[in-house]
Amino acid sequence: MRNRNATAYRFLTPYLLIFAIFWVWPIISSFMISFQATRTVPWRFAPGFNWGRLIGDPAFFNALKNTLLILVIQVPVMISLALVMAVLLNSPLLKARGLYRFAFFAPVVVGEVAYSAVFRLMFNLDFGIINKLLNSVGLPKIDWFSNVTPAMALIMIAVTWRWAGYNAIILLAGMQSIPEDVYEAATLDRVSKFKQFFYITLPLLKPVIVFCLVLSIIGTMQLFTEPFLITERGGPGGGTETLGLLLYRQGFRSLNFGYASAVAYTMAGLAIAITLAQLWLTREPK
Amino acid sequence: MSSLSSARLGRSIALHLFLTPLALVWLFPLWMMVVFSTMPDNGIFSPGIELLPHGNFIDNFNNLQRDTNFVGAIGISVSVAVTYTILSVLLTSMAGWALARYQFFGKGVVVAIILGTITLPYAVVLIPQFIMVARDFKLANTWVALIVPPLFNSLGVLFMRQSFSMMPDDLFDAARVEGVKEWRIFLFVALPLARPMLAALAIILFLASWNNYLWPLLINSQPGSMTAPVALGTLIGLTKVSWGGIMAGAVMLTVPMLVVFVLLQRHFIAGIAAGAVK
Repeated sequence: MRNRNATAYRFLTPYLLIFAIFWVWPIISSFMISFQATRTVPWRFAPGFNWGRLIGDPAFFNALKNTLLILVIQVPVMISLALVMAVLLNSPLLKARGLYRFAFFAPVVVGEVAYSAVFRLMFNLDFGIINKLLNSVGLPKIDWFSNVTPAMALIMIAVTWRWAGYNAIILLAGMQSIPEDVYEAATLDRVSKFKQFFYITLPLLKPVIVFCLVLSIIGTMQLFTEPFLITERGGPGGGTETLGLLLYRQGFRSLNFGYASAVAYTMAGLAIAITLAQLWLTREPK
Repeated sequence: MSSLSSARLGRSIALHLFLTPLALVWLFPLWMMVVFSTMPDNGIFSPGIELLPHGNFIDNFNNLQRDTNFVGAIGISVSVAVTYTILSVLLTSMAGWALARYQFFGKGVVVAIILGTITLPYAVVLIPQFIMVARDFKLANTWVALIVPPLFNSLGVLFMRQSFSMMPDDLFDAARVEGVKEWRIFLFVALPLARPMLAALAIILFLASWNNYLWPLLINSQPGSMTAPVALGTLIGLTKVSWGGIMAGAVMLTVPMLVVFVLLQRHFIAGIAAGAVK
């Protein structure tokens, strides 16, 4: 590798230019906008205006509560499920591996709008196939859209369906990079498959699991399309309103950019805090 | 020995007994998408359980086209995704090449910043991006608005850096000895060698553009400039709308990608798994 400043930066310039214009400046800009009153023309500097409103706004705390609730339930469930999928897809005993892989990985290519539409129809109160199937086995229908708990469950089910396979792909790749002879040695020592998973696979896979957790948390933190389209703008009555939806509503419906920027920075703060906590909790013991 | 193999057989049966229902549940929404897209609206909203496709797809598609200009929106989506993919592959592989093959001032900072943006929510840049593109550049409802701002991506650059740094030095040094310029080495030696990785990257980027929803929803909201997912999204929640039509649109957005997925599964999985192997 050679030291060539000019050549290197010639290759990097287009990328860094896009980065500077569409990321660096906006990061600074939205921080500054969050300290301005933006519903007057011209905008004026008012440091406590948005942040003061934020800490007293029940709508903000409702969205924060919903987002965190989805985060602490959906992410661990999905990652555990993805781990199960990855372990089983990796089993040498599995026949017709391609079919199973297709089933779990296919949702990865499905767009948010397309699958939101399908889930809306499937979970419809009177005509949805899910309630019809529940009825046919003697269970009562569930009103997925007008009660908060089922509506939240529906959002979590939808997101889990869409992203579990994605995480399983990453985890499977991580598993396949664990050298085979570790398992062979363990098998010779008569260590059960079950124990092998807990004492070999899990510890060696920890960095990959953390990577999946971080990506999933950042993604779920910004959840927007599912509550926007499936439960119709965060319904019932704000029961599935998320921070992403609040930001959309404030920024692009009420055109209150200052307040929306304060919401955005709250999300960033949360994301950074959770990521650091995660890295700290899973740090390698010295 | 026979007890060992019968234990294996037992484990194998248990594995399939567990995995098959799970796989069917996972396929169910996709299957129902296809079924709904072939059913007339009064069939979708009827009390019976229908699990098999009917023959109404064309009618549903015509209803969709009546509700919104979906074919036009598909045209925009395809053009934007193709342009975006070409530009983004070029930009990210150039940056990845520089990070993999040269030592230069500020390299550590550039890498740290790229890594840092992975954990930064997109929400933080959304509002200023919108103000800048719509108000300052007056580019709302144009292709440029759909293509250029999403060109920055961090995982792609890290993936290409990884790909280029695994190539042996002698390959490029031989060309340098003969006085070949660096950009020619990049274009005519490095890129052809990285073809499988470029394919993986291109598929992931195309998919990201094809399915992108929030940014196109905000920036291209005029009916004639909407992408296909946005056009479809405007119908969801309307009272007088053909749900069979919406499902036909969902199928048209999804099935081509599923076909690509099946045909290029190896590249697809390599592109997504890239996050796992540092």
